[in-house]
Amino acid sequence: MSSVHVPAGTEAYIPVFTGKTQAELETIIKRYPTKQGALLPALWLVQRERGWISDRNMTEVAEVLGVTPAHVKGVVTFYTMYHQHPVGRHFVQVCTTSPCNLCGAEDVVRALVQETGAGELGATSPDGRWTVIEVECLGACGFATPILIDDDFIESVTPDKVPGLVKRYG
Amino acid sequence: MGYPHKSHPKETVVLSKYFGDAEARSLRGWKKRGGYESLEQALAMDPSAVTEAIKASGLRGRGGAGFPTGLKWSFMPKEKKGPHYLCVNADESEPGTFKDREIMRWTPHALLEGAAIAAHAIRAEIGYIYIRGEFTEPWAIMEQALAEANTAKLFGEIRLYLHRGAGAYICGEETAMMNSIEGKRGNPRIKPPFPAAAGVFGRPTTINNVETLAAVPHILKHGAEWHKKLCLSNPKSVGTKLFSVCGHIAKPGNYEVTLGFPLKDLLHDLAGGMRPGRTLKGCIPGGSSVPILNREEAESTLLDYEGCVEKGTMLGSGGVIVFDDSADMVYQIMRLARFYAHESCAQCTQCREGTAWTTKILERILAGQGKTSDLDLLLELSENMTGKTICVLSDSCAAPIVSGIKKFRSEFEAYIAGKKRPVAA
Repeated sequence: MSSVHVPAGTEAYIPVFTGKTQAELETIIKRYPTKQGALLPALWLVQRERGWISDRNMTEVAEVLGVTPAHVKGVVTFYTMYHQHPVGRHFVQVCTTSPCNLCGAEDVVRALVQETGAGELGATSPDGRWTVIEVECLGACGFATPILIDDDFIESVTPDKVPGLVKRYG
Repeated sequence: MGYPHKSHPKETVVLSKYFGDAEARSLRGWKKRGGYESLEQALAMDPSAVTEAIKASGLRGRGGAGFPTGLKWSFMPKEKKGPHYLCVNADESEPGTFKDREIMRWTPHALLEGAAIAAHAIRAEIGYIYIRGEFTEPWAIMEQALAEANTAKLFGEIRLYLHRGAGAYICGEETAMMNSIEGKRGNPRIKPPFPAAAGVFGRPTTINNVETLAAVPHILKHGAEWHKKLCLSNPKSVGTKLFSVCGHIAKPGNYEVTLGFPLKDLLHDLAGGMRPGRTLKGCIPGGSSVPILNREEAESTLLDYEGCVEKGTMLGSGGVIVFDDSADMVYQIMRLARFYAHESCAQCTQCREGTAWTTKILERILAGQGKTSDLDLLLELSENMTGKTICVLSDSCAAPIVSGIKKFRSEFEAYIAGKKRPVAA
């Protein structure tokens, strides 16, 4: 078996906005008086399709919406929920802001980092399955500690519930 | 009712009546409960008459600032020279606050109905409902409700759209939200121009909070007089308000009371009081951006706009964060400062530098490396962070620091004097 060396950055780029995804974006663009208005939704579509947003994706979004790649990069880096690098198959966000901290959020973080094998916050487990990060206020302070696993919002997580959750998502 | 708890007899249940009632989420279920009657009534009225009715009711914004809602609507031009917009602030991110989430989760049509009425009143053809990116469940419920309402063609010429945030507390600030909807970084804008003159996409715009809009259909249905009579203390503060109680408390959750309700009763009766064996140390009554109250102040505060100001704090968003005697106030204040440092949009120097340095100094104190002069330094920095920036994010960081040092100074001094074991922050 031989492999052909492809210099980084010269791989063929497969656009995100084709077919169904392009149609979805076109519907969204109509909601705003400027194409730029659709930038946040467009970036969400990229992340849904590719798992993260690369520089090449940003250039594509810029072309589609008629803005500069620099503007797109500025927006991507401003908002914390857009991933600028690949993350694990499951992305976990744990709230540790004051009200949750009072209710033991740090213990939930420790349990998640250990149980998923991620080892440390922001790192991905060696099997590629899990990335765990701390986030600021998830807006569910009465249900401490809330966490997001991908798009699933889970309330009232305690350290003893962590092994079951990790097993369920595997 | 105090979802997830049963309703308490001292609550005044208006907005939260159907919390926990999944049937109220569907259009059919909502109509069965009297939903959309107020919208029908409003659409048959002149927009100015709707605005006048809300003005007369005394309703004030529930997002934090408490600005009179009808007056805000009346700032919109009467003569249309182009599109008008409504923005619904569903970016609920103020630590301690989780009321809008419940409104959207249980009564999505209450928000849609209120938003459509507001859009009619301000002569807007488009309303953007800006939901924070992390609220995946409220988003799905709102999306479903909006699709049902659109199919039933309930909104006449008005079009409502959901717009998803992407993780930025600052986008709850109205001008930052407008930038975010325009596809820009969420940097607040200098005012003037005010949104009613030049808002989103440069057009006249009104921004209202979820809870404010959810109250609107009730006011049209029962009348301004009914709303004005919902008052326990000051006639400037009327209606019911959801209070989100969290932190060191036996029964965390949302409780709906008439404005002017005693904070003491909210904590000790409705929310079940302290955990066994614990006593109240302090409380933040209106979300993390308002000054902290000590026990004596908290137990004598009336929950309305004026009652909170009287005690040196603010009603804010109604996010009540409770600290019992086990709470390390230095750590908690550092944690709040860190929140603001993380969320600063960084365009104003006082905020970018101030939130970062106050956090570092608080971390240093916790690590046992603080100096006596650090407390004055924190107060000096806080002074430079107050009233000097485009928006109030840096003021919000200064509030817990200044009130915390004033009211819990001995806890700071204990770390500085080496009388307390250092804490890794």
